[in-house]
Amino acid sequence: MTYKMFFAGSGGQGVLMMGQAIAYAAMMEGKEVTFMPSYGPEMRGGTANCTVIVSDKPISCPLINEADAVVVMNPPSLTKFESMVSPGGKLFVNTSLIDFAPTRTDVEITDIAANDVAKDIGLARSANIVMLGAVAQGVGIVSAASVRKVMSKLFSGSKAHLLEPNLKALDVYLKGE
Amino acid sequence: MSEKVLMKGNEAFGEAAIRGGARFYFGYPITPQNEVPEFMSRELNKRGGQFVQAESELAAVNMAYGAAAAGGRVFISTSSPGFALMQEGMSFMASAEIPVVAMNVSRGGPGVGGIQPGQADYFQATRGGGNGDYHIPVFAPSTLQEAVDMIYEAFEIADKYRNPVLILADGMMGQMMEPVVLPEQKEQLQSEDIASRKPWALTGWGGKEKRSTVVSLHMKPDVLEECVEKLFVKYRAAEKELVRYETHDLEGAQVVFVAFGTMARIVSEAMEMLGEQGIKAGMIRPQSLWPYPYCAFDEIDTATTKVVISTELSMGQMLQDVNIGVCGRWPTDLIYRTGGIVPTSLEIVERTKKILEGLKK
Amino acid sequence: MKPVFEITRGMLPTDTSYCPGCAHGIAHRIIMETLVEMGQLENTIGVTPIGCSIVSHEFMNVEMCESAHGRAPAIASGIRRVHPDKMVFTYQGDGDLASIGAGEIVHAAHRGEKFTTFFINNGIYGMTGGQMAPTTLIGQKATTAPEGRDPELTGWPLRVAEMLATIPGAVFVERVALNSPANVMKAKKVIRKAPEIQQKKLGFTFVEILSTCPTNWGKTPIEACKWIDEKVIPYYPLGNLRTPEEA
Repeated sequence: MTYKMFFAGSGGQGVLMMGQAIAYAAMMEGKEVTFMPSYGPEMRGGTANCTVIVSDKPISCPLINEADAVVVMNPPSLTKFESMVSPGGKLFVNTSLIDFAPTRTDVEITDIAANDVAKDIGLARSANIVMLGAVAQGVGIVSAASVRKVMSKLFSGSKAHLLEPNLKALDVYLKGE
Repeated sequence: MSEKVLMKGNEAFGEAAIRGGARFYFGYPITPQNEVPEFMSRELNKRGGQFVQAESELAAVNMAYGAAAAGGRVFISTSSPGFALMQEGMSFMASAEIPVVAMNVSRGGPGVGGIQPGQADYFQATRGGGNGDYHIPVFAPSTLQEAVDMIYEAFEIADKYRNPVLILADGMMGQMMEPVVLPEQKEQLQSEDIASRKPWALTGWGGKEKRSTVVSLHMKPDVLEECVEKLFVKYRAAEKELVRYETHDLEGAQVVFVAFGTMARIVSEAMEMLGEQGIKAGMIRPQSLWPYPYCAFDEIDTATTKVVISTELSMGQMLQDVNIGVCGRWPTDLIYRTGGIVPTSLEIVERTKKILEGLKK
Repeated sequence: MKPVFEITRGMLPTDTSYCPGCAHGIAHRIIMETLVEMGQLENTIGVTPIGCSIVSHEFMNVEMCESAHGRAPAIASGIRRVHPDKMVFTYQGDGDLASIGAGEIVHAAHRGEKFTTFFINNGIYGMTGGQMAPTTLIGQKATTAPEGRDPELTGWPLRVAEMLATIPGAVFVERVALNSPANVMKAKKVIRKAPEIQQKKLGFTFVEILSTCPTNWGKTPIEACKWIDEKVIPYYPLGNLRTPEEA
């Protein structure tokens, strides 16, 4: 089974980090994985996006025609990338910043007010982690325990103090083991 | 075997070079390989080597020439326009028989071009971008694991042939992340051991039997001819020993793709999609671009194959080699995107079907 | 019987390929004598330029590397990184160093590379046959300035030592001349200072050596030596431009 995901937003929203976390978690579970970011001037304040593929067999192409799950963090990303969701696939929408509805009717839409939720728990900068929890829970491609383990690797050393608050943000939507 | 780690391509390239024993890296910023010099500046000094940010690719390649002439194990990396500047050094190093491993994380061209992935440096890489009669072995990985393994081995090849070796990747491989198993750290050649291990290298002649000089000037034509012929004895051996390729599903194939690097990955997905539509496709994946695996084309299924398609991120540069390999036995065609555009597997499927329809007419 | 003169073992026992009256031979000899006196001959790696002295490895008895035009400082930087305890020098002419290799010399100085550059300034491209160099004097004829160098068209002669002396990493910069026995004696003293400072690993060291090229100047060797006094030194004054306090 091969699962293809696409994360999009603006630079600084932590979009690439969300994709990397899923990729790390899948690798720790012994799955095959590729992570392909957009790069170049786009990185500096423009749009940022990445493709993550998780599979139980070697992955030939790290690029995708369509995705089983698309995560959009800002309005232009929804407009540009909602067409990428495969029919029956999943679309995660950050409704804190996106105030219009997707046009697709053949996909499963999950609305997450990531920035508002993050603010409510006092972690305004962790909107991406809130969304990551919702995505991990929603797609079920990696276990909750693996994602939490990735957090402890990402937030270690000089960033160790950030681990606990980010686990809190992650666990708003990520349940179980 | 060590465990898998998830690494960005450019960082994996640097790590593979350090583990391959590289102690010296000279680089200049150019997208999409900036993470290589950044990684080397973080890692190399604390792991017994030296990183130097050169003032240009011209200087970087000549620092590499000097350091390798002095017996150091040297890695350099750049991207397309930067590699154009390095050609002076590649020619000099080939002439003076200096081993260096170079990496081109290539992008779209010509000129400044763009920063997205490209394979339009094929001629520059395989035909010798510098002046004179020489060759550079060129290896083209298509996964990060393969890139790591190729870089690791490239130092041994460079030393064995006393010639520069090029790893040709592209922006996609530099930027993507994939799990890799890293090889063991090789023993680093320390400066004080160079004179005994590499007697040809420049160390000062104290304690040596013979004074070393590193030269590429031969004013007398007969002497120069002799030197070039000596290089070509080496290249003839390399043509036999360094040919590398993979073939996939050639038996019973109607269409045979030829693709390397990033394109080979997209083609393998397109092959699956074509198979689902009842079109049997195979692939030749050159891993060495010089020497080119012309012999691979002898494995094509004569009974079933209707067309051989060079699939590349350039305007048919590799098609020339494909035509040499095919040698008139099948029709050939080209599927390309250029300028930094990487085609989708769907696009390759559609174009392939059009080519097959065209053959029926 | 005590010998009154011996050929230095720093020079190989062969004739040089240089023209009569050319100063390359003197420069080679005093650099090599200095290395012998310092006990560094066996420990030295030199880099030759493109120019008449590309084959100086056939005359100087040290290990040497030929370079692409102008790149000797980059090559020496690489060598010095591999062998931090060896004596490393480049030997470059003015077409090589001041024109095509201007970038490499400036940045070797800028990085404070711990090698020495001996810069042979004879105001002309020698090997290629007398073309104008960045250092060619105003009014001086060259095969690419047949009416004499005109600053309106070609700019003014480049004072390399002065330029490099503005760079913090260049810790020792001095200009000498080889046109008279007295100047040769003075030059030899300066030529010793540079590698001594290199050994202290203080930074980049540079000696500009005003030299003759009678063949391409269209002068006799004696006229060429006089011309250095009359025309060259007034524009390129001799003397020290930088010395580290520690030296």
